[in-house]
Amino acid sequence: MLKRRVAAALLVSRGLVVQSLGFSRRLPVGRPEIAAEFLDRWGVDELVLLDLDASREGRHVSTELVARVAAASNVPLAAGGGIRELAEVDALLRAGADKVCVNHAARERPELITEIARRFGDQCVVAAVDVARVDGAHAVWCHVRRRALDVDLAAHLRALAALGAGEILVQATHEDGSGRGFDVALAQEASAAVGVPVLVLGGAGRASHFEEVLLQSGAACAVAGNYFHFTEHSVTTTKALAARRGLPVRVDTAARYADSAFDADGRLEKRADDALDAMLHVRIPKEII
Amino acid sequence: MSRFRVCIVDYKVGNLRSVENAVRRLGYDARVSDSADEVRRADALILPGVGAFGPAMQQLVASGLIGPIEAALALGRPLLGICVGMQLLATDSEENGLHAGLSWVPGHVRRLRPPEGFGVPHVGWNDVTVRQPGSPLFSRVEAGAHFYFDHTYHLECAPEHTLATAAYGVTVTAAVQRDRVMGVQFHPEKSQAAGLRLLRGFFMAAGAPGPAPC
Repeated sequence: MLKRRVAAALLVSRGLVVQSLGFSRRLPVGRPEIAAEFLDRWGVDELVLLDLDASREGRHVSTELVARVAAASNVPLAAGGGIRELAEVDALLRAGADKVCVNHAARERPELITEIARRFGDQCVVAAVDVARVDGAHAVWCHVRRRALDVDLAAHLRALAALGAGEILVQATHEDGSGRGFDVALAQEASAAVGVPVLVLGGAGRASHFEEVLLQSGAACAVAGNYFHFTEHSVTTTKALAARRGLPVRVDTAARYADSAFDADGRLEKRADDALDAMLHVRIPKEII
Repeated sequence: MSRFRVCIVDYKVGNLRSVENAVRRLGYDARVSDSADEVRRADALILPGVGAFGPAMQQLVASGLIGPIEAALALGRPLLGICVGMQLLATDSEENGLHAGLSWVPGHVRRLRPPEGFGVPHVGWNDVTVRQPGSPLFSRVEAGAHFYFDHTYHLECAPEHTLATAAYGVTVTAAVQRDRVMGVQFHPEKSQAAGLRLLRGFFMAAGAPGPAPC
């Protein structure tokens, strides 16, 4: 059975992974390849590496950065930020990316999606769409010009799929860094509009948000940036808890938290002192592949 | 690094760097190459590939490497095709017209036709059912492990060559084997520990050293 995916976004600004708040403020986390290595070991289903400054600065995400992240992980890697040309896609794929995310360039020149799909296959192109809530409705948002576009969201997503996008990443900019949960209505609207897999990003703050959006919408994948940092085994515990509540997810890591207790916020609870005492002399062999 | 030499056949299709990274992580001498000499000297061969069948086959023919690969197979070296690299092993493919393949694993590459509600392409992590117990490929893989798939077509072949399958509304061929020629539809180089375990099984069956003691 195909599993629903839990992916991590590595949001990069000036060479560092950052946490992004309200689509404007940024808190530094650390080196991208280190974050990628941890997330990979914790069983993340996919990595989405996005350079937040590239479009505005008129360059594309660095191939050298992609190569470092790809070498530190072995999980599907999508790379995005300022991609405009087929030659750039070629260089990023050679550096170890499996797919590219195009956002701003596809609004300026939609044929770019078709060109990438023809040359490298449609599995290779993820169309990224920023969405803002304007007057209570969802509108396509341009982060470069900082304004909403006058297009119908569902029609826009269908057009991207028709151009050859193999997957669509929908980012709720109004939930960026909120921790209030994914925009479930947006996930429903987007996944109902197109047949290709929809990835949703923005708003994750606790483990239950993942099963909430994936069980209540047809989205294939829930993506989070800020949420996964600074918590040991964050991906593993999130998936363990979601699996327990009925979400079909992949839990293949050596640590599985199958019998662990979680609190109401989905955080791992400390075990009883006698259980910890008993574990003192348990030898857990290193996983040898 | 061990002296076990793995040639990743470079016929200018796909993301070879990830396969190379995965083989290096296992400690073997990975060489991405389009040289016939390198193919001849390798202890095991990997045939990667993404994109469409027709152009991939054309590129492989144009590379002039089919002869050297056949010579290596005749010497008992094993070959692992990945994704489109596995599909190329078939007799033919119906992707964008009929194209002849290598015919090393008799069978036809056909479009996935799953029931309503299952999108095509088949993208994401799926668990596989091993059909031939005792195969080296899955010897080190835990039961129920998941692999990363991303494809629209798959290889339909005889049950005796079908090594593993995945369920996606229809039965998807996940892995094939005919003697020393093996193929996987999923991407072991992108499937975390399960993928590395599968590659380890493939190389160890070819005489590669096992994991270094720690």
